[in-house]
Amino acid sequence: MIPEIGHFALVLAMCLAIAQAIFPLVGTMNNTPSWAGLARPLAWGQALFLTIAFGALTYAFLVDDFSVRYVAANSNTLLPTVYKISAVWGAHEGSLLLWAFFLGIWSAAIAILSKSLTQEVVSRVLAVMGMINAGFVSFMLFTSNPFERLFRIPAEGRDLNPLLQDVGLALHPPTLYLGYVGFSVAFGFAIAALIGGRLDASWARWSRPWTTAAWVWLTLGITIGSWWAYYELGWGGWWFWDPVENASFMPWIAGTALMHSLAVTEKRGAFRSWTLMLAILAFSLCLLGTFLVRSGVLTSVHAFAADPARGIFILIFLLIVIGGSLALYAWRAPSIFSGGRFDLVSRESFLLGNNLLLTVFTFLVLFGTLAPLVYDALEWGKISVGFPWFNKMFLMVTPFLAVLIGFGPLMRWKRTDPAWLMKKLRIAMIISVIIGLIAFIPSISKGSLLVPLGMFLVAWVITSHITAIIDRLKHKQGISHFFADIAGKGRSYYGMVLAHLGVAMFILGATMVSHHGVDKDLRMSPGESAEISAYRFQFNGVVRTPGPNYTANQGKFTIFLDDKEVAVLEPQKRTYFAQGRPMTEAAIDWGLTRDLYVSLGEDLGDGDWSMRLYYKPFVRWIWLGGLAMALGGVLCISDRRYRTKKQKNQQLAQSDAANTLATENS
Amino acid sequence: MSGRTRFLIPLFIFLIMAGFLLKGLFMDPRHIPSVLINKPAAEFNLPTLYNPEKFISKADMKGKIWMLNVWASWCSACRAEHQVLNAIAGMGIVDIIGLDYKDEAADGKRWLQQLGNPYKEVLVDKSGRTGIDFGVYGVPESFLIDGDGVIRHKFTGPIYYPDIKGVLIPKLKEIRGEGK
Repeated sequence: MIPEIGHFALVLAMCLAIAQAIFPLVGTMNNTPSWAGLARPLAWGQALFLTIAFGALTYAFLVDDFSVRYVAANSNTLLPTVYKISAVWGAHEGSLLLWAFFLGIWSAAIAILSKSLTQEVVSRVLAVMGMINAGFVSFMLFTSNPFERLFRIPAEGRDLNPLLQDVGLALHPPTLYLGYVGFSVAFGFAIAALIGGRLDASWARWSRPWTTAAWVWLTLGITIGSWWAYYELGWGGWWFWDPVENASFMPWIAGTALMHSLAVTEKRGAFRSWTLMLAILAFSLCLLGTFLVRSGVLTSVHAFAADPARGIFILIFLLIVIGGSLALYAWRAPSIFSGGRFDLVSRESFLLGNNLLLTVFTFLVLFGTLAPLVYDALEWGKISVGFPWFNKMFLMVTPFLAVLIGFGPLMRWKRTDPAWLMKKLRIAMIISVIIGLIAFIPSISKGSLLVPLGMFLVAWVITSHITAIIDRLKHKQGISHFFADIAGKGRSYYGMVLAHLGVAMFILGATMVSHHGVDKDLRMSPGESAEISAYRFQFNGVVRTPGPNYTANQGKFTIFLDDKEVAVLEPQKRTYFAQGRPMTEAAIDWGLTRDLYVSLGEDLGDGDWSMRLYYKPFVRWIWLGGLAMALGGVLCISDRRYRTKKQKNQQLAQSDAANTLATENS
Repeated sequence: MSGRTRFLIPLFIFLIMAGFLLKGLFMDPRHIPSVLINKPAAEFNLPTLYNPEKFISKADMKGKIWMLNVWASWCSACRAEHQVLNAIAGMGIVDIIGLDYKDEAADGKRWLQQLGNPYKEVLVDKSGRTGIDFGVYGVPESFLIDGDGVIRHKFTGPIYYPDIKGVLIPKLKEIRGEGK
């Protein structure tokens, strides 16, 4: 019964989404306020029914209702409760439901938090989001219904893929989807602006916090995914340039460009059509990612079961949404005045540089991801674009970006005096160059030019931002004003600084772990020891340990530094009952300056095991960098600018209204 | 390019891409293009992983039914496949020759030491030249080659356990059946 209620709720949500796509939009065109006013109630109704549907599926998992095909395929009575919940989005159908559910929630959030926007804008934004959700919900109902019943009810479910039975993977999809779905808001605002032909500072101001919020979720999602891959897949890597990883990374890069471009559009009124383009691009890449993951056009370890019917459906959907919005762009954007003149050395021009680099990088990743497909389709032969190519491209773009980041905060709008800038940054430059030169010492550089380069960039980003903060505080009431500034008006400024420092943290982690990491593959007998870097790993043998839905061989290692015990690690090799698949569960002793990581290989007989031991210096900084970027974004959103209800900004009555965007005044 | 046409560029790029995506739907990346099956495998002459002095060429394999498995230590899907290869080697149904594709020899050796070595020989294709001749699309891929050096079947992407019974054994039977 409950699954039927869920199914029915999904059908109702689809009907409401279709209505939401049509009536509010038409209402704003032919001046029918009663139609336009339907936007909010429809969004609430849609969110309600999607919540019911999502709740129904969760319930089916919790009570082990194996008459539902999706539950039978992805759960098991022995599965721990927390994974029964995360199993809801563990495969194709359920993850679509999560997508649609989140889109419903975001629509409702707009409906609630937009009290001060004009009805016209709200109706149009919600209509665009209604179109998107109409597509997703009907895709689910017609090709991938999560509530489908089985006629012969199995006694036991097939269990969730063991790889997914993990906290990291319980969190990874929801955060990622909140990011994807969040970009639909920026997209909706962009389409509304194109339809209305009005694109002013207030528009950019409305879009900014929503875009930043989406970006924060996406940043978290990617960070969690990378961290998960590191500890769960058992071979110590943290990024693989897999097509599915690229599918989440491309919208992130485009979204980063969009955030920066929106700043220019808000403050200076420049880059308008470019900002619109990026808003469309960021969300289009989210949709494209969905297509690549679910249609089976590319081979990937992550891929969901491929089904051409699904592929056709999503492709048609892509054509309507992306093709339609780009056509609208081609039609309306030329008439949008792009104002604001600026000099070659100015914040605008540097942000433009940042935008160009990020866009080029987005397209490089897109090219690398699609190249095998394009080559094949043109019958030029088959190619593979692997890890090395993407790394090379990444290393070609990131250093330039990091150099620009350093100049950013000191740059002034319109025009910056190059001589003044150089004078300001002289000390930062000298310190960074010295640190870069020190890193040429062979024991630090390990014979690679990339280590000095990385260290230079880290030092440059940090010292230039310190310079900028000092400069900022000099114009206020001095250095002692620092904390008052953070608590007060400067919050978005410090958010920006923190996010940029996150980039430095990431570069530090990635450089160190790539060049100073040590790993060894060994055959060890109980009692034997191995030296990795300064650490001695002592192997104490393997014992069998039972788990809730698996049994494990658990190894025990004691790790010494200078004959002092620093850690005990217990890696496992698990065999899950339901699927009989072995899984490696690595054991990690983590720290800010190094991780010690042990992953168990094969039983070689006589108590001997093959194993892999790692020393991973500064690897945590990769994810700490991601967290710092996300936290920086949160600081930016919480800036008072977006919250104060009344500002004395008279000339833009609408932007006044926009300030209440993220308030609690519902 | 001036005025309005400039704004049409994104749309054109997207439509071209959509064309490829559409075509992509009807090409299964996990299946062989028909041009490659029942055609002679590409010529090669490559050093082996454990003895760089020793070379193996296509001619050396003449008269044997064997499987060429293309892998690399940087390839995540290969790791999932590796235990299946170990199982195939354990069953002894066909000789597997590995092709370590665009990889460092040290990384490749380490990989085999950790995961076990299902290969009769491992060839090193550091430049990726031979892989390209074989039309390798993405690692892992495996080619089933008969005694005349003709490719009889291709696995694109990892081989899974069900493939052993479902594809590999019937194919081997078919190839061996003709020999008699």
